Amino acid sequence: MTASRSDLRLTGLTKRFSGFTAVDGLDLTISQGEFFALLGPSGCGKTTTLRMIAGLEEPTGGSIHLGDLDVTEKKPYQRPVNTVFQNYALFPHLSVFENVAFGLRRRGVKDVKKQALEALDLVELGHLAQRRPAQLSGGQQQRIALARAVVNRPQVLLLDEPLGALDLKLRRQMQIELKRIQTEVGITFVHVTHDQEEAMTMADRVAVMNHGKIEQLGAPAELYEAPGTTFVANFLGQSNLVAVTRSGTDGQYTMVDVGGQKLRIRTDRCSSEGELLLGVRPEKIRLHSAADPVPSGLNQLTGGVVLDASYLGVSTQYLVRMPWGQNLTVFAQNLGIGERFSDGSAVQLAWEPDHSFGLAGDAGAGVESTLED
Amino acid sequence: MAALTPASVEPDELPRASGRQLRTVLLLLIPGLLWLGVFFVVPIFTLAGTSTQTPSGSGLPGEFVQTFHLANYWDAISAYRGHFARSFFYSILATLLCLAIGYPLAYLIAFRAGRLRNLLLVLVVAPFFTSFVLRTLAWRQILADDGWVVSALKWLHLIPSDLAVTASPIAVVAGITYNFLPFMVLPLYSSLERIDPRLIEAGGDLYGTSFTVLRKVTFPLSMPGVVAGTLLTFIPASGDYVNAALLGNTRTTMIGNVVESRFFRVVDYPTAAALSFILMAIILVLVILYVRRAGTEELV
Ligand SMILES: Nc1ncnc2c1ncn2[C@@H]1O[C@H](COP(=O)(O)OP(=O)(O)OP(=O)(O)O)[C@@H](O)[C@H]1O
Ligand SMILES: [Mg+2]
Repeated sequence: MTASRSDLRLTGLTKRFSGFTAVDGLDLTISQGEFFALLGPSGCGKTTTLRMIAGLEEPTGGSIHLGDLDVTEKKPYQRPVNTVFQNYALFPHLSVFENVAFGLRRRGVKDVKKQALEALDLVELGHLAQRRPAQLSGGQQQRIALARAVVNRPQVLLLDEPLGALDLKLRRQMQIELKRIQTEVGITFVHVTHDQEEAMTMADRVAVMNHGKIEQLGAPAELYEAPGTTFVANFLGQSNLVAVTRSGTDGQYTMVDVGGQKLRIRTDRCSSEGELLLGVRPEKIRLHSAADPVPSGLNQLTGGVVLDASYLGVSTQYLVRMPWGQNLTVFAQNLGIGERFSDGSAVQLAWEPDHSFGLAGDAGAGVESTLED
Repeated sequence: MAALTPASVEPDELPRASGRQLRTVLLLLIPGLLWLGVFFVVPIFTLAGTSTQTPSGSGLPGEFVQTFHLANYWDAISAYRGHFARSFFYSILATLLCLAIGYPLAYLIAFRAGRLRNLLLVLVVAPFFTSFVLRTLAWRQILADDGWVVSALKWLHLIPSDLAVTASPIAVVAGITYNFLPFMVLPLYSSLERIDPRLIEAGGDLYGTSFTVLRKVTFPLSMPGVVAGTLLTFIPASGDYVNAALLGNTRTTMIGNVVESRFFRVVDYPTAAALSFILMAIILVLVILYVRRAGTEELV
């Protein structure tokens, strides 16, 4: 990420609504040309953040810079920023063409017709130019909303759950399309969503928001492989979180203990003090029969009993009861070579120590938040 | 008047009525149709009949016979051309004033009033709690040349010091404007209030200044309210006679006053009836032209 003149920079951005803090001291730099996703549960302040960047909401504190330009106090029409609204907000009294041309006309651009038609071609809807928005399908309206914003070549394009109203198939198709358009026009996209898969597949970087704050920020794989908080661990995919106690170090590993069994976590992926939760993704765990030997060097948990095995086609999802009363989830690829376990089987769990992560906090904190979304 | 219904319903969206439903619908319509028949259709034919009658020759006032004397219409027009022109001039002027005063008011109530919204709406209709005639008479006090309002305006040099307001065209137009303002504000408010605020935000986001957004987004979207409000003001205002009678002088007589005096004082029923029909016809033509134009985007 090279620093560039038109990076979007939020500094201590805060919004309070009569005592309630919707956005709490956001510090964030988004590089020019980046596809950035803001991910978080409902009500965490995503829309409020976008609205402040667009100038539709006045921040209670903090500042917004576009490159060297401070736009915090600027009116919406003075900012080189455009929004694709959550409900599209197409002008019902204007034709599709006039909707797309609206921004161009306001800015007094010369060849309005050419540029508007080009934008319509970009979203492959040139043939609908004379229709009214009411005569379009949801997916078509979505694309017009995109064309209407992109045509102005803003420095930053804000997209507020632009695919929220579409069915799954159209959503996937539009995700690919959005990504193509972003690459084609090279505009910074700030994409708000509460669909983690959407954020992971499309974005260069993802910021996970919760209660008006950014919990963690990074490339999708980074967030997934090394979540920094229990919230992120459970919001992005699934995680097994086990409360453990520290019992020493061994080279680059931190040794931990659960119910008398020793496990290892890479120290650089482990919170350094306080209560510790060991996390491991369900697909990283291999199940072995209790009787079989487990290859050495792996993290190993014995004494599990299969509570439930759900066959899902590509994989089988096991729920394993551990001696200390916790249920852990294991995904096993149906490769057709490994052993299949039935309910009640005595099993042990094994995984690469490098796939563990150590999080601060008590076990209850993250677990409930999996229920959101 | 399709333009008056804000969300035009596509014909095929209407549920198909089965035979039984149709019968129910017709049954429900009977009281309304009867009402229309007895109090609208029959009187209008009676009025049409009256308009072509001539005096019976008995010399008694109020006795006429049917002679299909269409020249009554021509006589009425040529005698009262000026009154018609004045009526439409006053009512169009008052309608424009109502729009100019009512639009900002409705806009304020719809978008800026917050919790005061309902209170302000009640205040808009509050004048209806007292009699129309009394309120108009009150304006005579307000606009009296030696009253404090006119004196204050003169003192502030907002109006020329030799301006006569009492019993003048200004007073009549002011009275009409005042009396019909709620009929303008309410439909305007209801169509403004329905506008999705995100459309206004989108206008700003797409580089429209507040004024441009008002001109290109808010106003066009409030057109149904503008059309309804102007019609509700203009139509009754052009037939009004109370304001001219109470606030005007002999040179501000409107067509409504002529009809009234032909009917009640001179007892010249045919002329009064013919004048009514002419007024109706002109209003109808003007309204059709207006609604057609407003229906297209020309006014937008
Ligand atoms: N105008 C307002 N007045 C008071 N509270 C508000 C206002 N707008 C938003 N909030 C509150 O601020 C919080 C954040 O709202 P925001 O719309 O940013 O959420 P979001 O992350 O976009 O959620 P969603 O995914 O449901 O769209 C919410 O708790 C909401 O109730
Ligand atoms: Mg939102």
